[in-house]
Amino acid sequence: MPEISSYTVNFGPQHPAAHGVLRLVLEMDGEVVRRVDPHIGLLHRATEKLAETKPFNQSIGYMDRLDYVSMMCNEHAYVLAIEKLLGLEPPLRAQYIRVLFDELTRILNHLLWLGAHALDVGAMTVFLYCFAKREDLMDCYEAVSGTRMHATYYRPGGVYRDLPMRMPHYQPSPKRSQKDLERLNRARQGSMLDYIEHFAAEFPHCIDEYETLLTDNRIWKQRLVDVAVVDPERALQLGFTGPMLRGSGVEWDLRKKQPYAVYDQLAFDIPVGTNGDCYDRYLVRVEEMRQSVRLITQCVDWLRANPGPVMVADHKVAPPSREEMKDDMESLIHHFKLFTEGYCVPEGEAYAAVEAPKGEFGAYIVSDGANKPYRLKLRAPGFAHLAAMDEMSRGHMLADVVTIIGTLDVVFGEIDR
Amino acid sequence: MAVAVEQLAGHIEQALDGRVSESQIHCGELTLVVKPAELMPVMRVLRDNEAFRFDQLIDITGVDYAAYGQDEWITEQASATGFSRGVDGFTTGRLGLTGIYGVHEIKSNTGRRFAAVYHLLSVALNQRVRVRAFCEDDNFPMLDSITSIWSCADWFEREAFDLFGIIFDGHPDLRRILTDYGFVGHPFRKDFPLIGNVEVRYDEDRQRVVYEPVSIAPRVLVPRVIRKDNRYADWVSEENRDDA
Repeated sequence: MPEISSYTVNFGPQHPAAHGVLRLVLEMDGEVVRRVDPHIGLLHRATEKLAETKPFNQSIGYMDRLDYVSMMCNEHAYVLAIEKLLGLEPPLRAQYIRVLFDELTRILNHLLWLGAHALDVGAMTVFLYCFAKREDLMDCYEAVSGTRMHATYYRPGGVYRDLPMRMPHYQPSPKRSQKDLERLNRARQGSMLDYIEHFAAEFPHCIDEYETLLTDNRIWKQRLVDVAVVDPERALQLGFTGPMLRGSGVEWDLRKKQPYAVYDQLAFDIPVGTNGDCYDRYLVRVEEMRQSVRLITQCVDWLRANPGPVMVADHKVAPPSREEMKDDMESLIHHFKLFTEGYCVPEGEAYAAVEAPKGEFGAYIVSDGANKPYRLKLRAPGFAHLAAMDEMSRGHMLADVVTIIGTLDVVFGEIDR
Repeated sequence: MAVAVEQLAGHIEQALDGRVSESQIHCGELTLVVKPAELMPVMRVLRDNEAFRFDQLIDITGVDYAAYGQDEWITEQASATGFSRGVDGFTTGRLGLTGIYGVHEIKSNTGRRFAAVYHLLSVALNQRVRVRAFCEDDNFPMLDSITSIWSCADWFEREAFDLFGIIFDGHPDLRRILTDYGFVGHPFRKDFPLIGNVEVRYDEDRQRVVYEPVSIAPRVLVPRVIRKDNRYADWVSEENRDDA
């Protein structure tokens, strides 16, 4: 019999389980992975260089396109960095809105992750359930910003506008029965906060549903338990953040440890794993969704009770209202300067990080005093996580590679930037 | 928080005793500047010393300071010309144009052009620090690799190499990471044009993908403006002054 030496398998970049454009070069020894060499950069758009040529506000939209399943969290890091340099403090209501949307985004992200991860491992149903629920959250995005995904909603100094008083309704259509229409519009009768409250009330039951399908599922556990175990020391060495780090048992969450916005005034817990395997990371993320619901409920209550401005009144960074512009020359000039030239940010550098659903998402801005950043660096959590792919996959079977990609929760928008 | 940062700065100064050439606190963040030769020992101390315990490397960034502080718009006095004065000037600060547009003064061999910026985080003690190391030679920027201190430096250093051409000495596998296979140049340098040098298309006749010089023209929509009066930054204090 001829001796079989190790051989190389190409995985991706067009593979349904590669979560985007990931190309892996796998060195195999039979079915066992010996070495993984991820090739990334197929989605590299030089976002950071583009941002160097645009006024600060014009790059907010690019942030959505980085991690395109946790859009507003990316914006949050970017505007926080600018606010740090400007010495600007957004109004409290804006900060609550940001937290509200950060948490909605976290659920959006985890739902996509859960659906895709389960689909990769072989559970089709969960995928459909998760995507159905994601629609509700996309509607919130749409109601508040006009787009379902790339919202461009946060601004340095606050958020673009206040929450709408009315949710858009489904329109009658020949494809939809009257009964369906009523069912779809039932939660949309009131304001956006009512809608979110309704969502927060029913969503924990949905999580229970997902858990019934997966948590004690024999196949799910066989595929996840004891796969890609990372101990806490290695997790720190490898630059893990977010659920990846917490899955390994390190209690670290920027929302608690280095609170930004109003996280220090809200009650929530940090779930932590014990074994550091894929299954623990799954449990951590599921629990995070429950905690997000808690945070959302608190934000909704606060926002209901405390109306107020959502943007700073300083027209050097925030545009004046249309009404003011019609009457007031000064406002017109402010508006013109803001949209043609932008605002100059004082010389210096700042790093602002948020606890994005995937981990620590940071924006590092070097400013030389101009109306554009001199250098913008975005620290994507997925970049460090994917770098550990090699170490996590060694000695596992080929089929586990898919599980490991799933557990990393990679999105190539942020890794390739 | 601010007090903690100052304390940390003091501790670091004590422990590193002259090996840090500069230390600044800005926006509540501590930045250390170290000489390339001191990078490894300083990083080792920052990780292992009980008072610092920076157990995580969060990020490594390359920065090209070649066009720092260059603008395209005269702000001090009013001028007779309009928008064109911001568009006609050829500066690196804008699009990093080379070739016929000419690069406006890349200051060479200052020893201050390329820098790597390291962001460290201590999960144990909940503190952050930023370390900056300038490369000594602008034409052949080189630093020591810190992959032996933090494993995750691997990809971050590959990225800085790819985008800025900073060589990391001792890196186990210094390949390009983000750019295309066979890419030429280091795209995030300030003298690399925003529109790129080549474009790609599929050639029907030759039945393969071909690379050609870029056909699009560079455009400036908003000129780069630097205003030193800083009326944006201290608007709060200004307003308070008015009230008083």
